Amino acid sequence: MSGTLRDAAVTPRYRLEELLIGRIADLLEGSRHVAVGASSPIPGSGALLARHLSGGDMRVSVLGSRSLQDFTDGGVEIFDLAAQGRIDAFFLSGGQIDGAGNINLVGVGDYPRQKVRWSGSFGSAYLYYLVPRVILFRLEHTRRTMVERVDFISAPGTSVDNVYRPGGPYALITNICLFAFDRERRRFRLDSVHPGHTVEEVRDNTGFDFDVPEASTAIPETPVPDESRLALIRGEIAAAIADPYPKFAAEMLGLEGNST
Amino acid sequence: MPVQVITDIEALAARVPDGARIALVKSASGPPMALVRALIRRGARGLHLVCVPTGGLAVDLLIGAGCVDALETSAVTLDEFGQAPAFGRAVRAGSLRLLDATCPAVYAGLQAGEKGLPFMPLRGLVGSDLARHRTDWKLIDNPFGEDDPIVCLPAIVPDLALIHVRRTDRQGNLYVGDAREMMLMAHAARETLATAESIFDGSLVDDAALRPGVIPGIYVSAVAEARDGARPLGLPGAYDTDDEHLAQYADMARDEAGFAEYLDRFVFDRKAAAE
Repeated sequence: MSGTLRDAAVTPRYRLEELLIGRIADLLEGSRHVAVGASSPIPGSGALLARHLSGGDMRVSVLGSRSLQDFTDGGVEIFDLAAQGRIDAFFLSGGQIDGAGNINLVGVGDYPRQKVRWSGSFGSAYLYYLVPRVILFRLEHTRRTMVERVDFISAPGTSVDNVYRPGGPYALITNICLFAFDRERRRFRLDSVHPGHTVEEVRDNTGFDFDVPEASTAIPETPVPDESRLALIRGEIAAAIADPYPKFAAEMLGLEGNST
Repeated sequence: MPVQVITDIEALAARVPDGARIALVKSASGPPMALVRALIRRGARGLHLVCVPTGGLAVDLLIGAGCVDALETSAVTLDEFGQAPAFGRAVRAGSLRLLDATCPAVYAGLQAGEKGLPFMPLRGLVGSDLARHRTDWKLIDNPFGEDDPIVCLPAIVPDLALIHVRRTDRQGNLYVGDAREMMLMAHAARETLATAESIFDGSLVDDAALRPGVIPGIYVSAVAEARDGARPLGLPGAYDTDDEHLAQYADMARDEAGFAEYLDRFVFDRKAAAE
């Protein structure tokens, strides 16, 4: 299973998904309102865990769910909320992500007649500018996805100073590591490497330059969720995320059929 | 003009002229799939689709069937069933005029349309390749601020909003509940053609609890009953998406021959069965 620890000496105690959910929850700490877009079961679970850990201080809205959001103004409401500063954190991804934090959800090759066409930009060209803590999430960390320069900028990582831009990239979390984004330097900095992976592996699989603080041996391992967190993720969080993502809750978090 | 209640969905599809600019809602809100299939059967051509704010099966079918010239959208996707195959082929062939957008830009354009305004400003967008390619979007300096560049989007006024609802009455009042993007589409479009799961003999605006979720008939020119009219997509509050069918479509539509077979089996064959 790709989601388990590769080191045969260690009994796989948790899945990659659970490690990511735990780390995402930490990244969201202190947010008043976290919104989660479509097709995002791991970010959604991370947000629900963060809400639990906040002791009820955090609001979470999961789009595409009936029970995990209470919007009443149709599709436009999340965008209006974002522009007013009522959303503190959101998740975006990209078919390509580059070292300046630019994301591409449109396709590969020269636009418009691209050789590979993806879905499109969705709300990225707006939310990336307006939501203060945008966490980039991509489970494929390769030179194909982490590129020197994106083929199409759905949304830029940074803007010139006079552009209204309270928002932008905060972190980039992948299947092998976590980067923090440095807005002043307009670059990513390696923050931690997931257990079983190395800084060299990150370098080999990343098409862009990034900062590594001082001695690369000092890069910490991404913390593993402890037993109580794992129990939470597999229990309460799995039950809640099963509303929009029943398959994910059952297959990845081990939620049993009628446990809700 | 009073609302026409049409019994035959093919006759409703005949009211959509070639070349029309048409608004269709995202898959999750339940677009009028039965009407879309009727449009394909009638051989509609040259349509300009406005996806509110994204497209899915409805849009992929129309593109693959050769009905679409221009596509204004934030995304086209089959969601968990992957990329939209006919859309991808059309992009590679260069056969579509693409107007890539972002979700709130579609809503903002329609909001300008519903207010009868020429444009709407919107945050974000500055410096993106979307804005670079959308030469119909204009960057201005905020007239109320100082050194504050902001993008203005032209009003989107579709010729027709095509929508499917759970209920209509004979005055063309359409119950959409909290799917307010459908209300926005109807407000912005010159005309709305609707299909409904059922036709109610009373008035939907008489019920105070329903009334806030009703598009009044003033926007609507014709309605037709179409039970299961959003299937195989889901209709919130009525039925869920048929995942098996979507998986089958994603599989069949991977190449043109499979797509043609899908049309034969699930679009054209229905007419034969109805005749």
